[in-house]
Amino acid sequence: MKPASAARARRAFKPDWPARAGWLLLVAYVVYAVLRLDFSVDRFVTGLGHGARFLERMMPPRIAQPDSLLTGLLESLEIAVLASFAGILLSLPIGLLAARNLMPAWASWPARAVIAAARSFHPVIVAIIFVKAVGFGALAGICALVVASIGFTAKLFAEAIEEISLKQVEAVRATGASFLNVLSFGVLPQVFGRFIGFATYQLDSNLRNSTMVGIVGAGGIGGTLFSAFQRFDYDFVAAILLCIIAMIMVGEILATWVRRVFVERGRVDEE
Amino acid sequence: MSEHAQGQAALSVRGLVKEYVRGKKVLDGLSLDFDGQGLTAVIGPSGTGKSTLLRCINRLVEPTAGQILFGGRDIVPLSGRELRQVRRRIGMVFQEYNLVERLSVMENLLCGRLGYVSALRAWLRRFAPADIERAFQLLDQVGLAEQVHQRADALSGGQRQRVGIARALMQAPQLLLADEPTSSLDPRTSVEIMELMRTLGREHGIPVIVNMHDVDLARRFADRIVGLAGGARVFDGPPAELDEAMLSRIYGGASWMQ
Repeated sequence: MKPASAARARRAFKPDWPARAGWLLLVAYVVYAVLRLDFSVDRFVTGLGHGARFLERMMPPRIAQPDSLLTGLLESLEIAVLASFAGILLSLPIGLLAARNLMPAWASWPARAVIAAARSFHPVIVAIIFVKAVGFGALAGICALVVASIGFTAKLFAEAIEEISLKQVEAVRATGASFLNVLSFGVLPQVFGRFIGFATYQLDSNLRNSTMVGIVGAGGIGGTLFSAFQRFDYDFVAAILLCIIAMIMVGEILATWVRRVFVERGRVDEE
Repeated sequence: MSEHAQGQAALSVRGLVKEYVRGKKVLDGLSLDFDGQGLTAVIGPSGTGKSTLLRCINRLVEPTAGQILFGGRDIVPLSGRELRQVRRRIGMVFQEYNLVERLSVMENLLCGRLGYVSALRAWLRRFAPADIERAFQLLDQVGLAEQVHQRADALSGGQRQRVGIARALMQAPQLLLADEPTSSLDPRTSVEIMELMRTLGREHGIPVIVNMHDVDLARRFADRIVGLAGGARVFDGPPAELDEAMLSRIYGGASWMQ
């Protein structure tokens, strides 16, 4: 073999043309989108000025209507907790059915379809639909966030189950255990910690979303916030936003605590 | 042994065929009888169907054709509850232990009773006091009484395999299968584990079938050796009869033997 052709044949890294083409397309699209949307530095700078004036009018925050603030916050909290509870409970069977390593295709495909449907719309869009269906108020918000919870948590549950070690499951099956006993001794111990993690993330996310569904009339602090915006009560808006931040932070602390109790305590030295 | 004393084998494999891919036979009409007691080592090159044989016996793998008579009854057609009732009479030990890593040693042992416990009681860990008592006895026998509350993933390989054996014996099985139980262990631990299986097999009066790669270990501990090659039996007899010519027939070639 000639040395030249030998050197060519022995290239250490193969050129990846599809990946290069992909990057090129991405850059081209970004340029195109920027041009199309008519960005300009001028508009951004003027915008900053508007923003500053807006922030100025927010200061100092003022609790204009303590009653509606408190009811709104409490309602948001209720929406978030109830939706998380129901959503996670429903996600357990749906996620299990969707796990392709434990379930036959005739069970996993419908379950995956339900999850995909629940995921495809933003909670606000689902909330609008439920406001039309069950009327204004917290029930619509709860229903909307249950759907959102299923879309997210059931999918993660299914993925966690699909990643378990089937050797452990096989050993439990070999003892003659029934399917439910295989689940509780062979499957659940492998995914429990991650399930708790997903559940607390979902509660966290539902807390955030429960402050928003009120904008379309599905209950919670969002309604109060939206009407304050419309009345140009920017100082009250600021007060509401601060309260929301406080609530989210408390939620996060709570979630960390739950994870510590259920997950980290069980985690001995994983080497 | 007494149950099967009247000439009937405890386990009888007849014409067992397994194809994972159509037309490619991993087991090719294998027939073997096992009577009430003793340790049988199954040796043979990788891919010759040793694991498949064991997994067909407790139906973790579906046989393509053939019969498996366990206690005089063909278990190949069984399914559902009947199959589970057969499985709980057959203990199995795995190469990689297959313990439930995040459960404690005690919980792993109690897995051996899951065939007898309702879903609710299993969930609530309400096992019969006799089962708990048996678990403590077995832990004493395998020398892990201290580790009862430790999680399985905190144990060493040898300790894990002891838990694996104890879990299988929790079933009070009438047959113990072991799929390369020592292949992931160091030589000294391997000997200890084989010793333990032989002793416990005798104490419980049940036949033990062990897949092995280590011919010397098989010679040392087995009462009977079965040599498989190409999915069929080429040797079946006491360890003393396993000579070099036979080994070369089982594994092919002779250059690997010193």
